Amino acid sequence: MENIKHIFKKEYKAYFVSPIAYIVISVFLIIVGWLFFSTFFLDRQASLTRLFTLLPITFAFIIPAVTMRLFSEEINIGSYELLHTLPVSNQEIIIGKFLAAVAFVGAMLAPTIVYAVSTAFLGDLDWGPVIGGYLGAIFLGAAFSAIGLMASSLTRNQVVAFIISMAICFSLTLMMDFVLFFLPNSIVGFFQYLSANYHFQNIAKGMVDSRDILYFLSVIFLALYGTGLILQEKK
Amino acid sequence: MINIENLTKYYGDLCAVDHVNFKIKKGEILGLLGPNGAGKTTIYRILTGYLSPTSGTIKVENDNINEHLMKIKKRIGYLPEEAPLYHEMLVYDYLDFVADLRGVNKINKNAHLHKLADLCSLNEVMHKTINELSKGYRQRVGIAHALMGNPEILVLDEPTAGLDPNQIAETREIIRRIGKEKTIVFSTHILSEAEATCDRVVIIDEGKIVADDTIDALRKELNEQSFEIIFRKLTKGN
Repeated sequence: MENIKHIFKKEYKAYFVSPIAYIVISVFLIIVGWLFFSTFFLDRQASLTRLFTLLPITFAFIIPAVTMRLFSEEINIGSYELLHTLPVSNQEIIIGKFLAAVAFVGAMLAPTIVYAVSTAFLGDLDWGPVIGGYLGAIFLGAAFSAIGLMASSLTRNQVVAFIISMAICFSLTLMMDFVLFFLPNSIVGFFQYLSANYHFQNIAKGMVDSRDILYFLSVIFLALYGTGLILQEKK
Repeated sequence: MINIENLTKYYGDLCAVDHVNFKIKKGEILGLLGPNGAGKTTIYRILTGYLSPTSGTIKVENDNINEHLMKIKKRIGYLPEEAPLYHEMLVYDYLDFVADLRGVNKINKNAHLHKLADLCSLNEVMHKTINELSKGYRQRVGIAHALMGNPEILVLDEPTAGLDPNQIAETREIIRRIGKEKTIVFSTHILSEAEATCDRVVIIDEGKIVADDTIDALRKELNEQSFEIIFRKLTKGN
């Protein structure tokens, strides 16, 4: 537990000593801000629904940029050898890095609370879906971070890690829309259940259903477990 | 203290270490020598838990590396070749991080960090980032990393490689100072260094042990005074 805390602290700090964190957060806020406010006054509704509708697709390419360096950089410069020969287990390294990525996603989302507060000043904002939206965003961010971490453990090349995790995150996000068009009704339900966007939108409506939480926890567990297997395989 | 038994490691079809057996006694300075690609680094990586052996095992006292890896890791300080470090971190932050992972007591941590900074002459660079450091300083940070938490066993993979003569002398001096109370396994391509420092040498070539003795015994056995010629004979350099 102590080791997880030390790895977490080191990784979280590492985000903010390089310019990457500031660039990623700025790009995220510009995109989300623009997508949200471009139709906000036309809709004439005090709601953050639009912000959360577009969040999965934004996360699908922002989060891989956050996680791509976590293992790739270490494997590439060789510092993973030093880290791994210290008395710390693979699981502790993986969980520490994962939590740092989730905390970074939290830090990235935090400024968007300003949108909620300013919307509340303009009209009668229903806080249920807003809280649900943020809760869903953290779960979605955590699931994508776990996928990004797994992709990062696969390769020493950060660009390759970015592309692999972006491809998986995009597939999970867009799966719902694709299956509705192309597949017969009888199997749509199955693919819908695999879609991260479907579960996120459920939570973002303000209804916290255990099935949706279970979905995200399963994705996180599978991706982190996969990361462990990949790192073990490298030995 | 360390028992390496039938250690074998394959990378795909390539056999990097082939049924290697040797022992390292407590308090001994052992030189693991051999040409590039002989399998030295692979042995270190298995000993420090970075790689798993294909077959065979390593025991540190009664602990088998396959079962008590964490316990063994706590007892070993490791300096890989060219000490790959986190470039963006301050030297102090890096050593503090290593101290935390090595479980150095919080109360003693600062005193321990300062002691290591003194020993490795790092005081003037403690608040610089690692990518600002020269190769010599990076190597010293690597040595401080290996010494963190005062481990009983030190594994140093070519600690003087790529350093200038002054830095080599300084690094050798550090090893000599710490070697009095620790068990050390190290490798080097500077044979005079091995002659000056090691109690015993194990020479490996193409993954197999070709000699395991004191340098004096090897001289007698091969009837040759120059250690360089002995080394070349044993490793098919001639």
